[in-house]
Amino acid sequence: MTDTPGVADYPLAETRPDAVRALSGKPMSAITLDAVVAGEVAMDDLRIDASALRAQAAIARAAGRPTLARNLERGADLVAVPQDVVMAVYDLLRPGRARDKAELLDAARRLRDEYGAATVAAFVEEAAEVYERRGLFRFRY
Amino acid sequence: MSDNRWRRFADWDARPLRLDKFAREDPENGFAAMRSPRDPAAAVAVEDGRIAMMDGTAAADFDMIDRFIAAYHLDPAIAPEAMAIPALELARRLVDMTAPRAELVRLAHGLTPARLAEVVGHLSALEMAFAYAKMRARRTPGNQGHVTNAKDDPLQLAADAAIAVGLGFDEIETTQRVARNAWSNALACAVGASVGRWGALFQCASEEAEELAIAMAGFTSYAETVSVYGSEGAFVDGDDTPWSKAFLAAAYASRGVKMRATSGGGAELLMGFHQSQSLLYLEARCLCLQRAMGVQGTQNGGIDGAPVTMSTPGGARELMAENLIAVWLDLECASGNDARPTESEIRVGAKIMPYLVAGSDLICSGMGSVLKYDNSFNPSLLNGEELEDFLVLQRDFEADGGLTPMGEDRAMALRERALAAVAAVLEHLDLARPTPAMLASVAAASGSNDTASFTPGDASRISEAIRARGITVIDAIRALAARGFADEAENLLALVRLRLSGDYLQTSALVRDGRVLSAVNDPNDYAGPGTGYRLDPARREAITGLRDTLDEREVLRSQEMFRKAEALRARYRSLGDAAAGTAPGEVVIGLSPAFGTRLFKTLAGEGVSDMLRAVVEGVREGGGAPRIVRMLHTADTSFLGLSAARMSGSGVGVGLQAKGTAVIHQADRLPHHNLELFSNAPITTLDHYRRLGANAAAYALGRDPEPVVVPTRGEALGARFHAEVALIYAIETGLCRDGAAPEEIALDFTGAP
Repeated sequence: MTDTPGVADYPLAETRPDAVRALSGKPMSAITLDAVVAGEVAMDDLRIDASALRAQAAIARAAGRPTLARNLERGADLVAVPQDVVMAVYDLLRPGRARDKAELLDAARRLRDEYGAATVAAFVEEAAEVYERRGLFRFRY
Repeated sequence: MSDNRWRRFADWDARPLRLDKFAREDPENGFAAMRSPRDPAAAVAVEDGRIAMMDGTAAADFDMIDRFIAAYHLDPAIAPEAMAIPALELARRLVDMTAPRAELVRLAHGLTPARLAEVVGHLSALEMAFAYAKMRARRTPGNQGHVTNAKDDPLQLAADAAIAVGLGFDEIETTQRVARNAWSNALACAVGASVGRWGALFQCASEEAEELAIAMAGFTSYAETVSVYGSEGAFVDGDDTPWSKAFLAAAYASRGVKMRATSGGGAELLMGFHQSQSLLYLEARCLCLQRAMGVQGTQNGGIDGAPVTMSTPGGARELMAENLIAVWLDLECASGNDARPTESEIRVGAKIMPYLVAGSDLICSGMGSVLKYDNSFNPSLLNGEELEDFLVLQRDFEADGGLTPMGEDRAMALRERALAAVAAVLEHLDLARPTPAMLASVAAASGSNDTASFTPGDASRISEAIRARGITVIDAIRALAARGFADEAENLLALVRLRLSGDYLQTSALVRDGRVLSAVNDPNDYAGPGTGYRLDPARREAITGLRDTLDEREVLRSQEMFRKAEALRARYRSLGDAAAGTAPGEVVIGLSPAFGTRLFKTLAGEGVSDMLRAVVEGVREGGGAPRIVRMLHTADTSFLGLSAARMSGSGVGVGLQAKGTAVIHQADRLPHHNLELFSNAPITTLDHYRRLGANAAAYALGRDPEPVVVPTRGEALGARFHAEVALIYAIETGLCRDGAAPEEIALDFTGAP
C-alpha cells in the first residue's frame, strides 16, 4: 500500500484484501483454513504490518482523528520492536522504575538506533524530561 | 403506644435499597459529583502557537496530566475560538439537532477539561441522554458481556461464551479468580465464542504484560484495562504515567489489538488523591488525556467508582455527564453500567434506561452474562439473573440494546456444541480429558455452583501448559479442524485474520455479520426524527421475539385442555327463554355467554363448574334457592349481575364470568353500584365463591351479612393476567347478541363434589 488511503477505502479488509499483507509478507487472502491445517500459517502471518497501521493512521486523519492517527503511527514504529523490548520500555516508563533520566534516554536511543522507531524514541525522551521535572525518579519498591 | 416510630420507616429499612449507603455532599473530602469550589475556572492562553495556560495553571506549573493534555489534546488553532463560545451556548448546541456533530467534535479539540465539565453541567439528565444519542460516534448500538465463573472452569467458560455470543454481545470479556489461569480462560472463551457466528471481539483482563502476551498468541482481540486517572497522585499510585499508558496504547496497536482506556468518576476519590475536586472535573481530565494519548475509545461512566459516585447527590447524572464528554471528544464509549452500584432493582432499571433509549457504542462495559456469584469482576449492574429483564426493556421501548432473545432449544444447542468443541481442543492438545459427566453437568448448569467440572487448580495446570508449551490460536484452530469443528475453526480464523488489516483499530469498531462496523463507515448521522439509528423490521422482530408469549390460539389451547375434564363435571342444558321468578328466597345466577361452552377455566385455574358449584352450594347453605340463567346480551359483570337480579324473585342476583369475576347485585340499584364484587379473579378461591353465594342468599332474605373481602398482597395482577383477560373477554363478547333473551339452564353436577 503505497498511496494514502482515505475514508472511502475503509475497511481495508474489504476494499484491498490483496494489498493487505501480514508482517511476514503473506497476503491476507492466503490466510485460509486449508493453509492453517496444512501447517503453512505461523503467528507472524497473523501479525499486522507497519504499512497497514500507517494506512489506518491516514484513514483516521482523514476522518478527523489526528490523535488516533498519531497513536497508530507510534504503533507502526513499534511493529519491528521485539516483544520483550516493548515490555521493558513500558516498564521503564512506569513511575520509579528508571532511577534517572539517563536510563530513559538510553532506552530512547536504542529504539531509534536499533529499530528505527524515531517517533516513539522522541516520545520517551519527552517523558524523561517531564519525569525529571515532576520528580518521578523516586523509589517505589 | 410506646412505639413512637412510624413503622413505615421499618418497612423501608427492610428494603434492599437501604443496604445502599448515601454520602453527604462534602467537596473538601472529594464528595462532589458535578462541581466543587476547588474546580478551576475554565480558561486558556495561547502564546507562540503553544498552550501557555490551561484552566488557570501556567505552563511552567503544569503537572504531568496538564502537560500531556496541553501538548496532545488541545489544538492551539482551535482553542481560542472554542473557548470564546459561552458554556451555555455550547450546551444548547449539544441538544440542538440542527447543530452538526462534526462541528461540535471539532470545537472539542479546543476545549479544556474545566470547560467541558462546565458545559455538560448545564444539561439536565434528559438533555444529557438526548445529547448522548446525537453525539456518540458509531450509529449502530452495541453491548459487551462478562464471561467468567467462580471456578475458572474452562468448560463452563466455553459454554457461557457461546451463549453470550448467541445473545448478540459484540464484545466478551473474561478474567480469572486465580491470576495464573488467564491462558486457560483465554483458550476456552476463544473456542466458545467461535460457536454459532464469528465476530465477537474478545478480551482477557489480566496483568499488563501477560494480557499483551495472550493477545500476541492470538486468543484475544481487544484490551480495555488501560486505566488512566485525573490527578497526578492517583496516576502515580496506579503505577503509571500518561507516557507509560500512551506507550502501552501504541504497543497494542503495533500488535493489531483493539484497545480502549478506562477511567470513571470516583476512581481518584477511592484512591485518596481527589484534590478536593469534583468527580466530573477529574473525569474530564481523564477523557482529554485519553484523546491526547490517541486511544480510540474509553470505558467510563463510573466503572469501579460507580458505587461511590452513586452515593453522592447527583451521582447518576454525573455518570451520564462523563459519558457525554467522552462521545463529544469523539471517543468510542463503553458506557459503564458495569459495577453494580446499588442493591435496589429500581435504581438498576433507572440507571440503564437513558443508555438503552439513547443507544451507546457498548451500552454496558460488561453486563454480567453469568450469574452474580460467577462474575469475577464483581457483580454488574445487570447480570445473568436480570438479563431477560433487559431483553424485555428493549421490547418495551423498541430500543436496540444490542441483544437478541434466545429460545431454550437454541441455548442448549449452543452450550452442547461449545462444550464438545472445547473438550475436543483440550484433548487434541493433550491439555485435559473432560469426562462426559463433567460436560453434562456444565451443559445444564445455570452457574458454577451446579457443576461437577474442573477446579481452579485444574485450570491452573491447563493454563500453565498452554503458556509453557507456547500454544497459540493456530493450534486451537488446527485442533478444531482436526476434530470436525470446521465451522468453529473458520470462525476463529476469520477473527484473527482481521487483525492484519487493522480495520478494527478505528474508533468504535465492532464486527457485525462478518463486516467491521466503526465510526468511519457507520458514523452517527443523527439530525432529528427519521435520522440516525432506527430499528429495521427484521431487527424489531428479533428484539420483540421473547419466549413464552400469548396469543388467542395459546389461550384457546389452554382452555381446551380443561374442556374434557369439565364435560365430566357438569352438564348445562338450555331450557329456552328464561322467565322472571317470584319466589322470595330466589337467587338468580347469571352466567356469561361462553361459560362452560367455550371457556372452561377461571383465571385462578379452577374449572368453571367448580366455581359455579361453590356459588350454588353457598346460596343453598345461606337458605336461598339458586336458579341458573345464561346471559347472551352482555358479558359485562355488572350487567350480568343486574340482569340476574331483575329476573330473581328476591331481587338479588349473582353475575358470574367464566374467568371468575363475580358480583352480587340488586334489582333496584344503579348498574355499577353493586352489593359485593370480586374483581380480582386470579386470587379468588372456591371458599370465597361459596361465601359470596351465602351472602347473596342472606341479602335475598333481607339480612345484612358481612361482605366477603378477597385479600390482596398487592400483586401486579394486571401484568400477570391482562393479556389473557383481554383475549378471554373477546371470546365472551364475540358471543353476545343485541337483545338476545337470557336462557334458562338446567344444571347437573356430574362429578364428585
